[in-house]
Amino acid sequence: MIGEGILSTNQRKHTYVRDQRTVGFYTDPTLCIGCKACEVACKEWNDVPDDGFRWSGNSYDHTDALGASTWRHVLFIEQDQPRGRQLAGPMSGDLLSDLTEHEDPFRWLFLSDVCKHCEEAGCLEACPTGSIIRTETQTVLVQNDICNGCGYCVVGCPFGVIDRRKKPLKDAGGAFKCTFCYDRQASGLVPACAKACPTESILFGPLDELRPHAAKRVEQLKAAGYPDAQNYDPVDTSVKGIHAFFLILGNPEAYGLPAKPEIPTIHLKASWTSAFLTAFGALGLSLLAFAFLK
Amino acid sequence: MPKPDRDPAFERRLDELRQEAKTQGRVEGRGVDIAGSPLPIAAVKNGPNGHGPNHRGKPGLERAVQSGADKPGYFGMPVIKPPVWTWEIPIYFFIGGLCGMAAVIALAATVFGQPEIVRAAMWIAAFGGVASPVLLIMDLGRPLLFFNMLRVFKLRSAMSMGVYILTPYGMTAIPGAMAVELAHWHLLPDGLWSTLLHLVAVTLTFAAGLSGMLLATYTGVLIGATAVPAWNRHRSLLPLHFGTAGMGSAVGLLGLFGYTLRPLAAIFWVTVAVETILWLWLMFRRHGPADRALHEGLSGHLLMPAEILSGPLSLVLVSVGWMQAAAVAFMLGSLLSRFGWVQAGKQSSKDPEAVFASQR
Repeated sequence: MIGEGILSTNQRKHTYVRDQRTVGFYTDPTLCIGCKACEVACKEWNDVPDDGFRWSGNSYDHTDALGASTWRHVLFIEQDQPRGRQLAGPMSGDLLSDLTEHEDPFRWLFLSDVCKHCEEAGCLEACPTGSIIRTETQTVLVQNDICNGCGYCVVGCPFGVIDRRKKPLKDAGGAFKCTFCYDRQASGLVPACAKACPTESILFGPLDELRPHAAKRVEQLKAAGYPDAQNYDPVDTSVKGIHAFFLILGNPEAYGLPAKPEIPTIHLKASWTSAFLTAFGALGLSLLAFAFLK
Repeated sequence: MPKPDRDPAFERRLDELRQEAKTQGRVEGRGVDIAGSPLPIAAVKNGPNGHGPNHRGKPGLERAVQSGADKPGYFGMPVIKPPVWTWEIPIYFFIGGLCGMAAVIALAATVFGQPEIVRAAMWIAAFGGVASPVLLIMDLGRPLLFFNMLRVFKLRSAMSMGVYILTPYGMTAIPGAMAVELAHWHLLPDGLWSTLLHLVAVTLTFAAGLSGMLLATYTGVLIGATAVPAWNRHRSLLPLHFGTAGMGSAVGLLGLFGYTLRPLAAIFWVTVAVETILWLWLMFRRHGPADRALHEGLSGHLLMPAEILSGPLSLVLVSVGWMQAAAVAFMLGSLLSRFGWVQAGKQSSKDPEAVFASQR
């Protein structure tokens, strides 16, 4: 699967939409070179507008975050710890003293963040118009012509992915996020980001093939000196797993990912209980007041 | 949606991008700025945070201005998106609560034969039936598509449920008020038509009351069942808080209009007492970063006086018998508090520590 050429799922044509096969992305920061080809490919294919430049000062990343006009975002994370068995800094030739004195432990992590296409998606549950749907490949898609811009999906997403597009950008007022290149997939093509990725850090394929591959990749990295390698795929929370999942080094918070993301619908029961109790309480109070006081 | 005409050329473009990435190590495009952006030259020369070469005094690696290590999450960037709602929504929360609960008062007054109160309360209710949808539609990103709200019926979406509470509310409160008014003027001769009109007025008042009591409380569910930490932390408190504020404001407004019957005064007493308890709860039962937006920043400065106005201050004013002043304080507090809660949601969702504290 990994490897370029005709055999890579990142390059060949497919029939996943017709076969109704669940697809996913597996994004691996240990392979990412931070080139941002995925961001450019995404913007160009999907005609996502340029939402302006802001000098962030956050490493060399000026995209900041995912949003209505940013559907792929390469994070640049700088950490004061060694990356695997990496040697950094000037070398004197004496390995031991290099490691203890000259080595400046530092790792630069790149991760291409994207909509997670949750198994239980907060935005999809929140949408009151039915604009957000689940496709044949189990991805989550916003139908732009139906969305009326109520903004409820924005607060329904535990990952801060979907957002309402601001004026004066084109199609302003509607909610936007990654479409998993549904249009491309429907014609048998691979999502633009995955196709443009030069190192297959973004791996596209059927989810049931990606998950075992991901488990193997973590073992491989651990053996290669990355003790903190793990897959970020919250299957044991109410989100029940994500279809675009990630390998991460270190804790998920450093990547802006909540350790245990929860779908907001888990709060519905307690909240509606309170609403109904209050409503009937108010009704009862009014009836009692008028019944006993004249 | 498919754009097959773009395919052949675009597939070549993707291959080009990939080639460029491979050879250059970076790709730039419209709206995507990377290392080609203005570089933090000083940082490259001086090391991280300007403390010389680097923190161990070794020749510096090329690091940016800030490594982000001292900030929560990814450079302290928000983890979830703040609500996009503007001023219309807090005003809707206030009006929906007040007018919805006014319909409840109308219902109770109908049952126990207080026609004057029914009339006044139904006018207030009808005002809410007109103003609420207008405010909600104004807040939409695409107001002309508001009818799409009626495409689906979704139990798992509080927004969708709100649509199916507000729609019947408006469709009963507005004609209900008209029917009550017509019946009041005795325009129809006594007999079948007059009885029928009375029956219609009573039915519509009942329906408005039952949908109104949910209109006043569901807004707490609407913001409680979200990913916003300060809101979902208080998912049970919010419907009670909003409903109580709505009921107090409804009787308060009726009081200002001159309807000061004992049942209304009694209801006001209860709502003021409940609001005071909720104020105490919010003051003393704090949840660390998750709901610190309720106590800090702009939202804290809005919420604190707001909750005092409709809680303890109103209680004092009621106790000394200044009912009108209490009604004004209570309503002002409720209105401010709705703005405070929406602002707290914005602040809380921009606070990565709050999100991490609530999703751990």
